Amino acid sequence: MNTKSRGPRMRRLRTAALAAVLATPLALTSAQAAPLQAGDRPPAVRAAALTDTPSCDPTKSLRPSTDESGPAVSAIKKRGVLIAGVDQNSYRWGFRDPATGQLQGFDIDIVHAIAKALLGDPNKVQFKMVPTAKRIDAIKSGSVDLIARTMTITCARLNDTAFSTAYFQAGQQVVVPKAAGAKTVDDALKGKRVCVADSSTAQDYLEKNPRGQASLTKVGNALDCLVLMQLGQVDATLTDNAIAVGQAAQDPTVQVIGPSLTNEPYGVAISKSSPDLVARVNAVLEDYRHGPWQDSYHRWLEDYLGRGAQPPAANYLP
Amino acid sequence: MATPEQQSAAPSAYLPAQAPPGGPSAPGFGPAAGYGAVPAPHPPAFAQHPPAHAPNPALTHTPPARAPKAPASGTGPLARLRRTADTAPGRLRLLAAGLAVLVLALGALTGWEVNDRTQAADQVVTHSQPLSQNAAEIYRSLADADTTAAAGFLLAGGEPHDVRQRYQDDLANATQLLTQAAAQSNGSDQAQNLVSQLNQQLPVYAGLVETARADDRQGLPLGAAYLRYASNMMQTQLLPEAQKLSDTEVSRLDSDYRDAGATPWFSYAFGLLTLAVLFWAQLMLFRRTNRVFNSGLLGATAAVLVLLGWLTTGVLSANSSLDQSKSRGATPLQALDVARTNSLQARTAENLNLVARGSTTTYADQWTTSSKADATALAHAQQLAPGAAADSIGQARQQFTVWTQKHDAASAKNDAGDYQGALDATVGTGADSSQPVYQKLDQDLAAAVKVEQAEFRSAAQDGRDATVPVVFAAGVLALLAAAGVLTGINRRLAEYR
Repeated sequence: MNTKSRGPRMRRLRTAALAAVLATPLALTSAQAAPLQAGDRPPAVRAAALTDTPSCDPTKSLRPSTDESGPAVSAIKKRGVLIAGVDQNSYRWGFRDPATGQLQGFDIDIVHAIAKALLGDPNKVQFKMVPTAKRIDAIKSGSVDLIARTMTITCARLNDTAFSTAYFQAGQQVVVPKAAGAKTVDDALKGKRVCVADSSTAQDYLEKNPRGQASLTKVGNALDCLVLMQLGQVDATLTDNAIAVGQAAQDPTVQVIGPSLTNEPYGVAISKSSPDLVARVNAVLEDYRHGPWQDSYHRWLEDYLGRGAQPPAANYLP
Repeated sequence: MATPEQQSAAPSAYLPAQAPPGGPSAPGFGPAAGYGAVPAPHPPAFAQHPPAHAPNPALTHTPPARAPKAPASGTGPLARLRRTADTAPGRLRLLAAGLAVLVLALGALTGWEVNDRTQAADQVVTHSQPLSQNAAEIYRSLADADTTAAAGFLLAGGEPHDVRQRYQDDLANATQLLTQAAAQSNGSDQAQNLVSQLNQQLPVYAGLVETARADDRQGLPLGAAYLRYASNMMQTQLLPEAQKLSDTEVSRLDSDYRDAGATPWFSYAFGLLTLAVLFWAQLMLFRRTNRVFNSGLLGATAAVLVLLGWLTTGVLSANSSLDQSKSRGATPLQALDVARTNSLQARTAENLNLVARGSTTTYADQWTTSSKADATALAHAQQLAPGAAADSIGQARQQFTVWTQKHDAASAKNDAGDYQGALDATVGTGADSSQPVYQKLDQDLAAAVKVEQAEFRSAAQDGRDATVPVVFAAGVLALLAAAGVLTGINRRLAEYR
């Protein structure tokens, strides 16, 4: 990558900036409780520039392929069941229907789509709940085939795991009780006890860019932050806006404050040693972007994130 | 040899015939010392030797002159005592007083020591054992509430009535036992602190579980997060405190058992001393008066012997009952509590493993550890258990075997991706579910607890009651002995009048 000419690098930067701009409508609609101002776009672009080092565009993934003869794909087909690491705590992304006990949500739909493509039956899936901090371990140890769990593709994570193309574009925002009366992100974080999910991009961000928080509480799952916030043990939560709006949906006394501090493209994490599965999943996502994605968005996210959103465009390695 | 009857029939028959062996150098207890002029009550004796006119020269070694001199030497009680000790009847009176005090002190000491033992035994029966059992039950109820809350949560579509009922019973039971513990655990600060902490935390825990339920019913994953938080609070705060409370109460029970089984060494030692002094007094009297037996003192000696015998019998019988209450009650109960706790921990691990859904291997490992420990604990509990309880535990062990088989089957389903099947086989109500098996096991163990509790109570009450009569006996016998001492010596004193 370092040997590449200046041109593509500039283009990548521009792409990232464009992605951030594209993400802004999400941030805008997600923060209905705290309307964003016109000046929100530049910080988002800055954030995108900060997270993307010139040598790495995290959203680039292997070219799609429907070839199923590779070792990882054949192993799954032989086993007859896809083992997927998911979350059951992210409202509208991966959560349990208390009436049926079934897992459901935007992430879960993608897993079902992959199972249907590989095994012919969307229900041939064994779901494993993976805490935020254990996602990389689960992939590395091979205890799951893939992880679809609001997981941000980052350059640092690419050292440990491979990702599919991005299937969603999010950014980090702050959740605070309405009673706190915070207007800006700084109001919400400065001198406050802030909660993040352990090993999340939010933790990375706050450790690298402290916002004057009084303390940083790390929990197993971003939703645990809402419990602590309701019990008065923390003052604010930093998490992806996609998750943040889910929290605001569960508790009408909290609000999401923008703008997005970072650029968070979600991808399906797959072991680096299974490039055949990455390519196969990218092929599934190719189809998924045209129709199923919009249906799933409509079902799970539209009420919270606004109408008319589209999936981020696939970005392939040369 | 003269019998006491003969002796009292002719109290001073031998007096004139023989000079006391002590000779003039020893202070005499014989008649005709300083107050030699006192007329004797038995005229026949004095027909031979009118003491007023012919005091035995051997017994007049105390210069009569000292008697009048003594009043001038002081007026305090010590001086008066010295004056009294200067004369033979005075010395007799002192001896009588000393012996009477000695036997009464023996009675008091025995009564006190035995009463201490009885109270410790009563403490075992009415306080420390029920409290240690209470504490074990508090732990069990709390752990069961946590497991049941998790199970209810796992059962989609609203938890069944009996799961909900079981959770509520557990909370009600824990609250009631905590109230009892607060009322009874007098004395131990640590126990009181733990009980009050548990009393403060339990409503908080219950509130968190209710929040979890309310959120869950609305389909909010926040409910699961609340349940995790509540369960974490239970596992890291309430249960360790309940365990500490249990440990405190068990060590208190052990110490009360030690007190209840304490050998009354002071009573034995003081009893032997009293016997020695009584023997010495009789020997002295024999030497002075040449009378072999003094019925009063003999009676006192007999009373002291009976007292010591009674004490020994009472203590031995109490020890045997207390040992039995321990070996057939308290000890098997503790083993049974360990088995019940292990069963519960294995069950909790089994349920939480399904809640965690593969996010961690902690609970699968905990199942392995707890179920292994449970198998051992059940075998141990059965080995220690008395008859009827051993049968119940035997049945529980059969249930345990079935349970582990069902667990393995459920676990295989879970590994094969059939989560719903694993759920049904673990918390469902169907025939292949381990839920009814676990419940049966729990009921069998509860039945064994009842049997062992009854065994404990009856034996421990026997142990406590065995020493109660000893206290009364010690009092009565000490009074009898004191009376014997006084009459016995009064006889001798009377010879001076």
